[in-house]
Amino acid sequence: MKTRPVDRVATDARAASFQTRSLKKEAKLAGLRTVISMIDLTTLEGQDSEEKVRSICQKAIQPDVHLADIPSVAAVCVYPRLVGVAKSALKGSSVKVASVVTAFPSGQASLQTRLVDVQEAVDAGADEVDMVIQRGTWLAGRRQEVADEITAVRNACGAAHLKVILETGELGSYDAVRAASDLAIQAGADFIKTSTGKVASAASLGVTLVMLESIRDHFLKTGKKVGMKPAGGISSAKLALHYLVMVKETLGDDWLDANLFRFGASSLLNDVLLQIKKQQSGAYTAHYDVSEA
Amino acid sequence: MNPTLKFKDAWGYSPAPETFAVDIQAQYGLFIGGEFREGVEGKLIPSLNPATEEKLFDFTEAGSADVDGAVKAARKALPGWRRLSGMERGKYLFRIARRLQERAREFAVLETMDGGKPIKEARDIDIPEAAKHFFYYAGWADKLDFAFPGRTAKEVGVCGQIIPWNFPLLMAAWKIAPALACGNTVVLKPAETTPLTALRLAQVFQEVDLPPGVVNIVTGAGATGQALATHPGIDKLAFTGSSAVGKWLAEALAGSGKRHTLELGGKSPHIIFEDADLDQAVEGIIQGIYFNQGQVCCAGSRLFVQESVLAEVSKKLQLRLETLRIGDPLDKNTDVGAINSKQQLNTIQGYIKTGKAEGRQYHQGGTGKLPKKGFWCKPGWFEGVQASDTIAREEIFGPVLAVMSFRTAEEALKRANNTPYGLAAGIWSDKGARIFEMARRLKAGVIWCNTYNRFDASSPFGGYKESGFGREGGLQGLRAYLEEIS
Repeated sequence: MKTRPVDRVATDARAASFQTRSLKKEAKLAGLRTVISMIDLTTLEGQDSEEKVRSICQKAIQPDVHLADIPSVAAVCVYPRLVGVAKSALKGSSVKVASVVTAFPSGQASLQTRLVDVQEAVDAGADEVDMVIQRGTWLAGRRQEVADEITAVRNACGAAHLKVILETGELGSYDAVRAASDLAIQAGADFIKTSTGKVASAASLGVTLVMLESIRDHFLKTGKKVGMKPAGGISSAKLALHYLVMVKETLGDDWLDANLFRFGASSLLNDVLLQIKKQQSGAYTAHYDVSEA
Repeated sequence: MNPTLKFKDAWGYSPAPETFAVDIQAQYGLFIGGEFREGVEGKLIPSLNPATEEKLFDFTEAGSADVDGAVKAARKALPGWRRLSGMERGKYLFRIARRLQERAREFAVLETMDGGKPIKEARDIDIPEAAKHFFYYAGWADKLDFAFPGRTAKEVGVCGQIIPWNFPLLMAAWKIAPALACGNTVVLKPAETTPLTALRLAQVFQEVDLPPGVVNIVTGAGATGQALATHPGIDKLAFTGSSAVGKWLAEALAGSGKRHTLELGGKSPHIIFEDADLDQAVEGIIQGIYFNQGQVCCAGSRLFVQESVLAEVSKKLQLRLETLRIGDPLDKNTDVGAINSKQQLNTIQGYIKTGKAEGRQYHQGGTGKLPKKGFWCKPGWFEGVQASDTIAREEIFGPVLAVMSFRTAEEALKRANNTPYGLAAGIWSDKGARIFEMARRLKAGVIWCNTYNRFDASSPFGGYKESGFGREGGLQGLRAYLEEIS
């Protein structure tokens, strides 16, 4: 497969240009609501408890009891062991259960072990699985092996949607991000995702733009729509709106939808809620006016 | 199957107008000898807001007596100004630069209202770059002895400066800053459709106590420019504008002993090779031709695409074009504003007609409803253009791109250089060796590689052939305003 070069300086300049868009009033409110509907509300800690997952699920279904007209988030994202808890807590709602798999976050396990991981998540009822690629294999230059592993996970997923995490912070360049995006899409990803949130360099506007351009080229060539999920480091409503601007102006209207765009985030939701309250009341409310899930 | 992206308004942006209130007088006089005065003949010209066609204010048309008065004021101020130490002159320039920064929002709004450019561009480019020019040349004022080692430099004298309407304040800064740094005095004539920011700049000169007569500003149209250019009392003329006027000036000044520099038109080529980052190349093309509605002397108006990626680049270009927001220039989300004047709009529309009549297919883009009044032209591009087409040879000075293809680098070079102009060029390739080879052989004063329309006060700008001569900006920009004595 031909790799496309990416000009880092020009890409970053283009990505920064989206931040000059000025969003006011109705546009801001509508954008904030859309952002909520695209959130994969995430908890991926060693200390995660069943109670914490139940709490997050409630928040996912109804982000704020005092705000009318607020959509549920798109999904709750947990470790495989907690998929069952989330599944029953979300029963009857539109919120999906996503599970990180394949020895998340490092991917440092045999393929066999990683596939068992996928199977457990799917068996427990995960609607979506977020896999990590083996960066060691990628960086060693064995790209076909990475593609084959993605296809193997794809096959193990069954009906579940597959998000492929590239962990862009470990790939080293935009050229590599572009090449890995093209490869993951070719290998059958439904979504491509930037990061685990477990390494210092997570999602950025620049990296996300490179991935959106890969999605765009694939769509223009084949007509197939692949989704995008930046994850990690997006905690302010303002930044999330600028991501939305970038999606709107790069991929157009069809991608302004939770089926094709997600935010992987834990603290973003509350900032969006505070901003909506501010838009409605004209004043900032206290941070304790929104619930901690 | 031909999948395409939809850019309708699934999520529309609400209006986001710049609300900074500005004060525009009903009438402006001429700035001569440090104060505003009425014209001898008392003739007024209205200045329109090209986005609404409403009159913003009246300004004075300077007749030859007024121009004479301005040149005399500049002559009178010359001995005092040139005797000031470089450091003292520099202090005035620093003050002007800082004042421009302090009043940046005001200047941006005025520039947008008078000229039609998007507030985003006035705010992010025109005004900050203008301030940068004053800062940059302020730094040179006390270091002129080091600019050209082994030589002693002294000022030229009284400089006549005629500037265009596309970057009114920025062009004023390009002209005035180096002239003053070198110890010259100035008579500046802004364009007749955009005198507002130059007049506001005159107020800045008052605010910073610039000695009277060091800069004089005479407003008016062609006749005023002619009176200034041919006035026997000026030692140098600097002109930025059309090649036609530039040629006339060169003839008129021949034998007069006056120095002159001309920065004229262009038909600058972009060359995209198949190995380029095509997405960012398209971004550069868009910047290159639709920036300021294409009313830029170095606009990248000819695009050569390697044949193997022509279809892909064309598709990406059209999709990107559809996301450009056209409309109210004061809206912070506007990408394409109004054309500067009715006359310029007619010129652009004439070329679009000619291109179609010569058999080329025209594609337009731009999103947003055009206001009922005002001078508007949607951004567009011609497909399948041939080298001999009018639209491939003549400067349009509007948001119109001519797209052509090539197979080999040699062919691209030959065709890119096949123009009477030579102002700028853009090369898009991931291959360093190719970029250097092309840059060496392209005949253009400014060559951008994997970027376009990047300006900096420290970087010289100017052309080859009918794009003019002399350089502005940087160390080279000092040369036009200094006599070098060995």
